[in-house]
Amino acid sequence: MSATTSTPPTPASVKPSAHTGAGGVMNKRRGTIATVFMFVLALIWLFPLLWALYNSFRDYSYTQTNGYLSFGGWTLDNYQNAWSRGNFGLHLKNSLLITIPAVALTLFLSSMVAFVLARFSYRFNLTLLGIFLAANLLPPQALLIPVFKMFREIPLPTFMSESGTMLNSFWALILVNTAFQMGFCTFVLSNYMKTLPYEIYESAQMDGASVWRQYWQLTMPLVRPALAALATLQVTWIYNEFFWATVLISRGDKLPVTSALNNLRGQFFADTNLVAAGSIIVALPVLIVFFVLQKQFVAGLTLGSTKG
Amino acid sequence: MAIATAPGKKKRRSTRRVEKRQGTRDRMVVIAMVGVPTLLVIWLVWLPALASVALSFTRWNGFRIDGIEWVGTQNYRDIVNIYPPFWPAIQNNLVWLLFLFVFPTIFGVLIAVILDREMWGSRFYQTAFYLPVVLSLALVGFIWQLFYSTDQGLINAVFGSNVDWYGDPSINLWSVLIATSWRHTGYIMLLYLAGLKGVDASLREAAAVDGAGETKTFFHVIFPVMRPINMIVLVMVVIESLRAFDLVWIINKGRNGLELISALVAQNVIGEATRYGFGSALAVIMMIISTVFIVIYLRIVFKEERG
Repeated sequence: MSATTSTPPTPASVKPSAHTGAGGVMNKRRGTIATVFMFVLALIWLFPLLWALYNSFRDYSYTQTNGYLSFGGWTLDNYQNAWSRGNFGLHLKNSLLITIPAVALTLFLSSMVAFVLARFSYRFNLTLLGIFLAANLLPPQALLIPVFKMFREIPLPTFMSESGTMLNSFWALILVNTAFQMGFCTFVLSNYMKTLPYEIYESAQMDGASVWRQYWQLTMPLVRPALAALATLQVTWIYNEFFWATVLISRGDKLPVTSALNNLRGQFFADTNLVAAGSIIVALPVLIVFFVLQKQFVAGLTLGSTKG
Repeated sequence: MAIATAPGKKKRRSTRRVEKRQGTRDRMVVIAMVGVPTLLVIWLVWLPALASVALSFTRWNGFRIDGIEWVGTQNYRDIVNIYPPFWPAIQNNLVWLLFLFVFPTIFGVLIAVILDREMWGSRFYQTAFYLPVVLSLALVGFIWQLFYSTDQGLINAVFGSNVDWYGDPSINLWSVLIATSWRHTGYIMLLYLAGLKGVDASLREAAAVDGAGETKTFFHVIFPVMRPINMIVLVMVVIESLRAFDLVWIINKGRNGLELISALVAQNVIGEATRYGFGSALAVIMMIISTVFIVIYLRIVFKEERG
């Protein structure tokens, strides 16, 4: 790894010094140092995933005899093994059945609140935003006991939940995730909606459009970029959600994939290559989302931190 | 209505006029649009928060409602005095916070400042740093097993050591913190990069004209301008370190050197013993700490809203 530090400056690394970017002028020597530094650091950052990818294709007995610092022993068995032993097909399906409705519901509900906040200037607007935003920041563990107890007591018909209660059902996770994520989405969306010219509502009002039509047919199409960014972000966040699924679902076959990792630990940790293959399988959906929608992802995160 | 050109305040006033003419149906629609989401968040966040506070003064094994027994501040006294994992957990949470602060946060800021130069390959570097951000912390714990495993891990293979990085209570906290940092750095970098992009370029130019060096420009010009982002990053780090749970839970359910308050709460509910009152008292301690920082956060956000 340290070999790369002595890499001679590539011709391209001279470029930043000649270039006055947003960050301003950088002298030649500093520019080179910065480039080399960044390059090495980026490699270090990519290394864990690359190492996982590399070992996921290697045979257990080969690495046992030749050590992990060897090269070779290629196989696809780890993936087959991990897939069947980890029951990833089922868990990925569970994740899908939780994530998609939760994201849709979060965006639908928060866009309605955001619309009202941006469209009207009621006196309770700030309080309302505060209620949602603060909920987003509270540690979920602090609410665990009442939520857990409540869900255990709420009966659901068996066609909705095999356990007969909210506990161990996807409904519980969909609702809890929605309640927690609404704050962030409401905040981002209402900021975004406030940048729309107010005149559009006035002319819509003149034309006799109802509030609902103004929301659904006027505002929603205009905020599509923000919705796309938030959807991308929320898909990864809810897919990655671990705590609620761990505590609200005790039946192994109902677990979404991220919290299913907890049960796989015992089975997998004896064989590192299996861990590697399992990790890649679990990471793949979010990595695909990330690479395909990278722009949306970054936009979503930064929308929340600075004012749109 | 001659609104089209009327700026600022005038526009607001006309808003009210439009509102007044709202029909009953529209008003009902608005109430429903705000009401349904608000009820959901009150039901699943705010009522449970209040219930946690109430339960924290009771003893309850969670079975029957009439089994709830009022014990006053007994749970809190027990936590502080005779609950062995409590002080280690507080200490670990603090170490967690300090570590996140010193290492990944400052590192993330540094990377953001360098990448803000639009240097060659900047896009590639950014991608490399925030790639781990899209992975769950549970998965991060899994992936780092490839480095930390005693007999099959890379670290022990390279150094010929025989350390149980996840298991040894004297070092496992540090192993976990390094794994967390791998993910946390990219997040901070991203937040900060967005903030830096918003800094007026003329500020930098003015500083350069005045002969200020790069370091000086950053600390005296850019850093103060970014105060809101700095504060948000600060609050985020505090809340993240308080919420930290996934990694330690997946390793050993928060025991043996990896005690965290969040894990203690969970242990009292889904562990061997169900002690709802006691667990709630721990939850309330978490809530109180986080409330301080949530208030700070909301104040920054609302100041920007109004301003």
